[in-house]
Amino acid sequence: MEINDKDTLTIVEHIKNFARRHSLFVLAYGTGCGAIEIPPTMTSRYDAERFGIVGRATPRQADVLLITGYLSVKTLKRVIRTYEQMQDPKYVIGFGSCTINGGMYWDSYNTIKVLDQYMPVDVYINGCMPRPESVISGFIKLQQLIKAGKADGWKKYQENLDWYRANQKKVIKNWNMPDYNW
Amino acid sequence: METLKTISGYFATIGVAFTVGFLFMGFRRILTARVQNRVGPPIYQNLLDIIKLWSKESAINHGLMQHMGPAFSITASVTTLMFIPVLRDGNWFQNFSFEGDLIFLLYIMVFGQLGMALGAGQTGNPNSAIGVSRGLSQIVGYEIPFVLALTALMVYHETTSLHEIMAAQDSIGGWNIFVNPLAFVAGIIAFLGMTHYTPFDVPFAPAELASGPPSEFGGKYLGMMMTSGSIFAFAKLTLFVNLFLGGASNLLELLVKALALYLIPVIIGIVTPRFRTEQAILFFWKWPTIIGILSILWVVWMR
Ligand code: SF4
Repeated sequence: MEINDKDTLTIVEHIKNFARRHSLFVLAYGTGCGAIEIPPTMTSRYDAERFGIVGRATPRQADVLLITGYLSVKTLKRVIRTYEQMQDPKYVIGFGSCTINGGMYWDSYNTIKVLDQYMPVDVYINGCMPRPESVISGFIKLQQLIKAGKADGWKKYQENLDWYRANQKKVIKNWNMPDYNW
Repeated sequence: METLKTISGYFATIGVAFTVGFLFMGFRRILTARVQNRVGPPIYQNLLDIIKLWSKESAINHGLMQHMGPAFSITASVTTLMFIPVLRDGNWFQNFSFEGDLIFLLYIMVFGQLGMALGAGQTGNPNSAIGVSRGLSQIVGYEIPFVLALTALMVYHETTSLHEIMAAQDSIGGWNIFVNPLAFVAGIIAFLGMTHYTPFDVPFAPAELASGPPSEFGGKYLGMMMTSGSIFAFAKLTLFVNLFLGGASNLLELLVKALALYLIPVIIGIVTPRFRTEQAILFFWKWPTIIGILSILWVVWMR
């Protein structure tokens, strides 16, 4: 049997995919009101570790970036940097109506409204604020997307980098990001 | 034929070490979860994490040394494992143990952490630097009681060979845990420091240091470190089983003894908060060191 024939490759892909969706290292970027929903999701009451979801302290080690609410323009800059430091494949989950359409900050002078224009979001969880149950159901949705091979926001980001950069630079006036490789 | 058998024996040892290592760590996660009134992840969760990390499609590095750090650490783990006889007799799993391997192990066991320190230094992340300095200080703390405990055993058995120490503990009454209880206490406290579980996890403190030395390592590098961690955990446990519990004559016996030993740091880790660096070092230099010196006096007086 050849090592790289079609069937073996599928099995390897299968195992990889299984591992990817059952081991989600989370970087919770605690913006907005949503940060307060993360501790109950992770601890005894809702126990997200059942699904292999554990918190990580640095973007380098994380797979999932949680954007937990509204983003001011100043924070957006940091979030973009954080996102770009994560290793592929990486996923983004947007919490609450603020990330979807601006929510109650829709006419604010210094928050962004639609997160999808600045970075690819794989799963949105609606609510203001979503409860831990819906947060976990959002994670399950992400697992389903990974299983179906549809959680490919990171690829979109690489392909449409110019479009995303243009959008980002439109709102971030003092764009002086350091040179770093990601 | 003989060579083939020996070589496959080495690979079998590494395979067993890795499997047992990640299963024990999964067991620890479940136990922690149960204590916290949670369900916890499946027992093979660590394997999934490692596969996931190995199958990441990008892995950033900031230079040669960061590339070498995890490689050093895995080399050191495998080397440590290779010089520890896994079973007390038979042809399998004897590896490269030789007369005087105990002295050699004392040196090689810190090698992995030094490699990690070099790798973490290259990343330029301040959290890594702080974590490395804390980790190296902690090594200075627990190495002293560890060496004292080993010295007591070496003096008692008048040998530096793990095989002869194992052979001398031929019945349960002859196990070093009963014959040299003081050396065991000193050794096991040093072992708490080596595992880096609470209360001695200040080098890696995730909430404070962003996980310390590995904070810039992602993807395959982190996967390599976790693989190395699993192998090293098994190597350390086997060493302690050999030293204090009379070794094991089959793998099942080894598993039971290693698990019993592993429960000590795990249970202590679950119920204790974290020591600061200087508290940890002072602790290591005080009680276990005193006990270690007493154990040497006891051994000398006994003989
Ligand atoms: S959606 Fe609601 S809860 Fe969430 S950040 Fe916006 S205002 Fe806060």
